[in-house]
Amino acid sequence: MKAKSERIVITGVGVASPNGNSLAEFRANLLAGVSGVQPYHIRYFGDTHAGICNFDPQKCQKRKEIRVGTRAGSISVYCANEALADAGLRMADLDPTRVGVFVGLTEHGNVETENEVYELSKYDYDVKYWTHHHNARTVANSPAGEVTINLGITGPHYTVGAACAAGNLGCVNGLQQLLLGEVDVAIAGGVSESIHTFGIFAAFNSQNALATNADSTKASRPFDKARNGIVVSEGGTLFTLERLSDALARGAKIYGEITGYCYNSDATDMVLPNPERQAECMLRAIARAGLEPKDIDLVNTHATGTPAGDVMECRALRQVFGDAIERVYVNNTKSFIGHCMGAAGALELAGNLPSFTDGIIHPTINVDDLDPDCALPRLLIGQPRQVDKVDTILNNSFGMVGINCVLIVSRCRP
Amino acid sequence: MTREEIGEAIVEIIEDIVPDEDCSGLNPDEALRDQLELDSMDFLDIVMELRKKYGVEVPEADYPKLATLKSCIDYLEPQLADK
Repeated sequence: MKAKSERIVITGVGVASPNGNSLAEFRANLLAGVSGVQPYHIRYFGDTHAGICNFDPQKCQKRKEIRVGTRAGSISVYCANEALADAGLRMADLDPTRVGVFVGLTEHGNVETENEVYELSKYDYDVKYWTHHHNARTVANSPAGEVTINLGITGPHYTVGAACAAGNLGCVNGLQQLLLGEVDVAIAGGVSESIHTFGIFAAFNSQNALATNADSTKASRPFDKARNGIVVSEGGTLFTLERLSDALARGAKIYGEITGYCYNSDATDMVLPNPERQAECMLRAIARAGLEPKDIDLVNTHATGTPAGDVMECRALRQVFGDAIERVYVNNTKSFIGHCMGAAGALELAGNLPSFTDGIIHPTINVDDLDPDCALPRLLIGQPRQVDKVDTILNNSFGMVGINCVLIVSRCRP
Repeated sequence: MTREEIGEAIVEIIEDIVPDEDCSGLNPDEALRDQLELDSMDFLDIVMELRKKYGVEVPEADYPKLATLKSCIDYLEPQLADK
């Protein structure tokens, strides 16, 4: 086992966002206030809103790979290729046994199952028309496995099922595999293809938790009084993670260091969040980083735009930060792109990493009438702000059935 | 369907299954798998598409009869002649 004192850094970022197919494009749109949410129609459910990605899968995959594989796989493959290229790494130069792929997922297989049942309906539900691809597409490791096939990676791969905390937990798994010495390069983060299943829209709607708005770009509005639910989105972010010593040895560009993390369980409810456990998760992540709440410069919130959830996160933040809540900047990325589910944590972190270098914090958009229960002192609304410095970001991700995962990412000082 | 139409139908199915391959100018007497990047899973897709599009059942024991374009046509002709 490698020494636990090893430090883990982010050296590459691969982004598929509803408002950007690269980190540069994504970041530019976050600073320019450009939403990625569009009108969307899905079978059975009808018209709604969604964040839809428009990256070109054929940039990285043959058409047959796309046909045989899954949408989650295509998003993963795209992000993995981008993350490696951004890190200045080529598989041809790496030992493929020492590269691993760790992908967080909210769920997987619903899209393929719904599609196949729909296809079967055209044949009077005679199962002899059921595709043999079903099992390979729906095994839970599939999106990460598709990356290994595409890139010729023969080290470990698996997916991490962690509801909407999955993007962050995928990063933690990559970090842990590096610390364990299982891999030298970890491709880690999260993806979601959930907009291609009607079930997620219908279920949120039945829960009265699906956003409605006359204007799609205004539908995702965390912290606003008129918020009325979640905009479901697809997307992905995979990071190239390496040990600091390796990154320094090869002169890699370093986006930041994962200095702290925590994942815990609410143990209270299938759906409702638990601000006590959220606060505990944040505090433990901060402590693991050797920091105090006052050392955090920016909190990127999980808030999804549900009336109850946003308030609970704000309550947890007040509990964690105490007086320091007066100085910590707070923003929200879902207001631009909706809720990218299993990708959310990683994608939202990616959108904020450039703050270490440009010193700008992206705002929260669509807050026209701030809910007083969400009025954190430095919640940044409307316009980006140039600040003195951003050295440490706290990134929240919380998911159904009570799963929380918090990352602390710091400016890397070798 | 005529033998020519059956041949065109088979090529059309294969084109969808291996979209990166050039299916024009296939040698009808040469094994399809020697001319195209066609694996066993693709072969199952061909069998499924024949079932879906033309109601043809190809039992596993008969799979070798689909080895070449010509042998496909020979095998399918009796079943598709009146379609």
